[in-house]
Amino acid sequence: MSETTLGGIAGRMPKFIRRADPAVVTAFACIVVLLLVGSLYSRSFLSPEYLLQQLKVASFLGVIATGMMLVILLGQIDLSVPWSVATGAMMACAAAAYGPVGVALAIPFGILCGVAIGIVNGIGVAYLRIPSMIITLATNAVAQGLMVVYTGGFSPQDAATAAMRYLATGFTIPGVPNAVIIWALIGAAMVFVLTRTSFGRAVYGIGNRERAAYLSGIDTRRVVMIAFAVSGGLSAFGGVLLAGYASKAAQSMGDAYLLPSIAAVVLGGTSILGGRGSYLGTVAGVILITLLQSILSVMQMPEAGRQIIYGVVIVVMLLLYGRAPASR
Amino acid sequence: MDGAAPLFRMEGISKRYGGVRALEKADLTVTAGSIHAILGENGAGKSTLIKVMAGVVAPDEGNMTLEGRDVTFASPAAANHAGIVCIFQELSLIPELSVADNIVISDPPKRFGMIDRKAQRRIAEEALARAGASDIHPLALVKDLPLSRRQMVEIAKALARKPRILILDEATSALTAADVAKIFGVLKRLREQGLALLYISHRMNEIAELADQCTVFRNGRNVASYAAGSKTDNEVVELMIGREYSHIFPPKPARPQAGTPVLEARDLSWSDRLDKISLSVAAGEVVGLGGLDGQGQRELLLAFFGVLRGLSGQILVDGKPVSIASPSTASDDRVGMALIPEDRKTEGLMLPMTVRENLSFAALDRLSKAGVIDRGAEQRLIDDMVGLLAIKTAGLDIPVGALSGGNQQKVVIAKWLMRQPRIILLNDPTRGIDVGTKQELYQLMRKLADAGAAILFYSTDYDELIGCCDRVLVLYDGAVKRELIGAEITERALIASALNIHGDDARAGQGESA
Amino acid sequence: MKEWRYWLAEQRGTLLAFGIFIVMFAIYSANHPAGFTANVVQTAANKGVLLAFVAMAQTLVVITAGIDLSVGMIFTLTNCMASWLVIGTGLETAFGVVAVLGTGVICGAVNGAIVIYGRLQPIVATIATGAVYFGLALLLRPVPGGSVNEDLADFLTGRFFGFVPASLMALFVVVLIVWVPFSRSELGRAAYAAGSSETAAYMSGVPIRRGKFLAYTLAGLLAAIGGLFLTFFTYTGEAAYASGNAYTLFSIAAVVLGGVSLFGGKGSAIGAIFGALAFRTIGDLLFVFDFDPLWQPLFQGVILLIAVSLGAFALFRVRNRLEWFL
Repeated sequence: MSETTLGGIAGRMPKFIRRADPAVVTAFACIVVLLLVGSLYSRSFLSPEYLLQQLKVASFLGVIATGMMLVILLGQIDLSVPWSVATGAMMACAAAAYGPVGVALAIPFGILCGVAIGIVNGIGVAYLRIPSMIITLATNAVAQGLMVVYTGGFSPQDAATAAMRYLATGFTIPGVPNAVIIWALIGAAMVFVLTRTSFGRAVYGIGNRERAAYLSGIDTRRVVMIAFAVSGGLSAFGGVLLAGYASKAAQSMGDAYLLPSIAAVVLGGTSILGGRGSYLGTVAGVILITLLQSILSVMQMPEAGRQIIYGVVIVVMLLLYGRAPASR
Repeated sequence: MDGAAPLFRMEGISKRYGGVRALEKADLTVTAGSIHAILGENGAGKSTLIKVMAGVVAPDEGNMTLEGRDVTFASPAAANHAGIVCIFQELSLIPELSVADNIVISDPPKRFGMIDRKAQRRIAEEALARAGASDIHPLALVKDLPLSRRQMVEIAKALARKPRILILDEATSALTAADVAKIFGVLKRLREQGLALLYISHRMNEIAELADQCTVFRNGRNVASYAAGSKTDNEVVELMIGREYSHIFPPKPARPQAGTPVLEARDLSWSDRLDKISLSVAAGEVVGLGGLDGQGQRELLLAFFGVLRGLSGQILVDGKPVSIASPSTASDDRVGMALIPEDRKTEGLMLPMTVRENLSFAALDRLSKAGVIDRGAEQRLIDDMVGLLAIKTAGLDIPVGALSGGNQQKVVIAKWLMRQPRIILLNDPTRGIDVGTKQELYQLMRKLADAGAAILFYSTDYDELIGCCDRVLVLYDGAVKRELIGAEITERALIASALNIHGDDARAGQGESA
Repeated sequence: MKEWRYWLAEQRGTLLAFGIFIVMFAIYSANHPAGFTANVVQTAANKGVLLAFVAMAQTLVVITAGIDLSVGMIFTLTNCMASWLVIGTGLETAFGVVAVLGTGVICGAVNGAIVIYGRLQPIVATIATGAVYFGLALLLRPVPGGSVNEDLADFLTGRFFGFVPASLMALFVVVLIVWVPFSRSELGRAAYAAGSSETAAYMSGVPIRRGKFLAYTLAGLLAAIGGLFLTFFTYTGEAAYASGNAYTLFSIAAVVLGGVSLFGGKGSAIGAIFGALAFRTIGDLLFVFDFDPLWQPLFQGVILLIAVSLGAFALFRVRNRLEWFL
């Protein structure tokens, strides 16, 4: 077995490298390559301002991908991200129209709407045992329907509150955009939950073998339900931030986040079958995707090319890491 | 048929799963026009042997010849093509398809490139008639049929393939006596037609009635071949058990005065698998569950552990009725139950996760405050367990899948001992692990019982039941058929009651399955 | 034993979908301001047929216990392609049709190859290939436009004998030359067997991989036929992301309504067709009852949610909780 020889070599390396997932390392390597390629196109590509700007753009995706990762770790998927994002954004902006109380409650209300979508997903997956991709597609459609009815089919007129704009675009620490700080906080919380809490252990356990987790006395259905609720809430929070960034919500603002959030998680080495993956990988995946988008736009690649490159990159990366074992 | 050239021959076949040898240089010779019975205990290698023959698994070494020519089978389809057809224990029928679809599945009749449904229907009806199962409608869906009918379809399906060698692996286990009689008629007719039949069964009376030739397997190799009827049942059982195979079991304490039972069941029934089971286990007692595989032992353990829905009857803990609706209620402090499940790879462990994570997984609620794991406490408890069970691992942060089978099983047990359970249910815990570890587990089991645990222990290995248990309950068809206490627990008594024949008056047992 | 009972049991899902469709359509046409006329039927057929093609495509993949989230994008891509190629002289048009259908076949085959030989999960693999197909569609039609051979288009979207919608006839022909042979072929049965129980199918020596591959490939073809008809109805090509996604989503709803099990091995494309027609009719019911069309997406979403939840009732019969985790 090659494991022993690998172990022998790895044993002499520092601990953090030894424990690193090859997928995470590859993702970071790709980031470096992208930065080098980008700098060939534009001198300013490696400037601190530009990099911080990239990090800020990445943080919206980062928040959304955090929830997606939790669900994927369970071996499930959340396809209701597009309209959870849009619902969060629209409902937060809508609340803002109801006087000072509405303004104050805008952000929690937006997040709560996302949590509600997530709970419906969670009930469907955990208790009714509907395949997650089906139930989340359905709740996505319902959320879309509700929003269409609410907005009357037009672009929503409500504007984001000052607090939302501050969270998305302001600076609490000079030089570091608030959005980046928020992502860092959420990321830190996620790392803590995944590595230090019994909930996090249960998530990995269920993702690996729900049967074994159930027989170990874990209430697996509750864990799955909570994970979906968190995913819905984080998607909506991402929407709130995006609305703050653009000063208002838009109908299809979430569409551009479904594929990238799945891609970021999977490219970061989290197994789509669940049970394996680290948040560091997701961070790498998010930055990788954002840089890829940025370079494609610097190269003035049209939307068509971006879609194709996304798809191809994901398939290729998955073929490298994400294959199911051979049957015989 | 004497002097006939062998139709099929296997020589020096070995197969290893992980560290466990399932087959060790096994040989088998099959002649046309005869029924060849294969005997052996659970895990003697019979199943692996026929899987190799039928192309389901590839052997690590050895060669096979069919009519003198070397053959290898890359898939079941290839074996079928060569005329070797197997009726497996685990059914190979496709539930959503009709009986007729299933019967012709490997080679449907075609007209203009499409499946000819009329011809298919005809073939299916013929095959069902040959199997003596004309009562099954060819258009019925397999999933709607009861188990015994499915098994008849399975046999009809095998016949429709016009095999030259037909393998039946416990093919009569779910059948009624009437069906068995029909099948025997069919098999005898097939023998006259010149087929070679391999027949695997635990039922001695069936073998006596059918077989021409017998081969006994033990520990992965063939230990004896003889003409049917040339040995007594006693001699056969001795061959199956072997003499060199012995364990060192810890001494049993003098039979304790029956204390108050910790775990009790009263008239426990579930579906058609458990039939009014009543039993009790006291503190300090090791109670075995015996019987042939699949007589409801697993279901009984799952029923106690809160996995089964729609149970009738009562479960009592410390003399008080409890309702256990999930493993988490079963394992909480009020009940204090632990289940070492049947399959450690899918039910006991999360193989890719680390030894540490697996060890503390069942005890997370005890090790954490407000959901945050106390890593110091976790480490202390894990160190205790690794020491107590002498788990051999290269570290706590390697995947548990990298450990040997025996050490994996120790991890499964240790993860439950971290909760200090009062009631321990063990589902065949020594399957596929080495003898050394087995001995350690026997010692551990006795130690836990001495410390006051009530242990319910299912094993497919009769030696273990004899060596470890204070009492053994033998299950047959979901009901407790016999209770053996202390010195009554002997190989002979276990096998006899497992086959549902009492002592030496070999009362035919199969007619009783309803 | 009564033969018809087995037939009934086998066709129950399909018949149920047919029943739902008939009832819905009766309500629809009874309340339609114009009543039950050839025009109403033709319009309804033309709308329903598009989803019916995509739903058939989805059925083939779902039967293998997979899912194709790229069907809507294949549909969109072939629509854009047809708006370039299906034009000109008879020969040129014929070539265009072949090229469009061939593209669908290739898209389906790529999905199949990635899922079966690449051993990726169908859901992620088809989301990714869906992005690629949409990108290609955008390359072809950055803005809506193009045109189509109008004679052919009018012929296939008009009426035969004054009352039979041509699109329905086309659907019927496609069922006859694609679905019927598939469902009765050895590979088609292999697809069912693999979806119902892959282990049992393997043990029985069924050509699992070829069966599944054929299912994915034909799914691409059917989605392309849908794309072609979209072009015939609209005379243009448009790389519309939302519409492609909606077709994927609705195809799943139609499949579920049509009695096809998402766990594989059970159901028929005929059921899915009626599921699609019923789904479309339910969506249009709002119009005849003068509801604000704004409610349509919500209405359709709720129907989808109910449809997918219906299957969960089997769960309450599960008596061994470990079966939840299979």
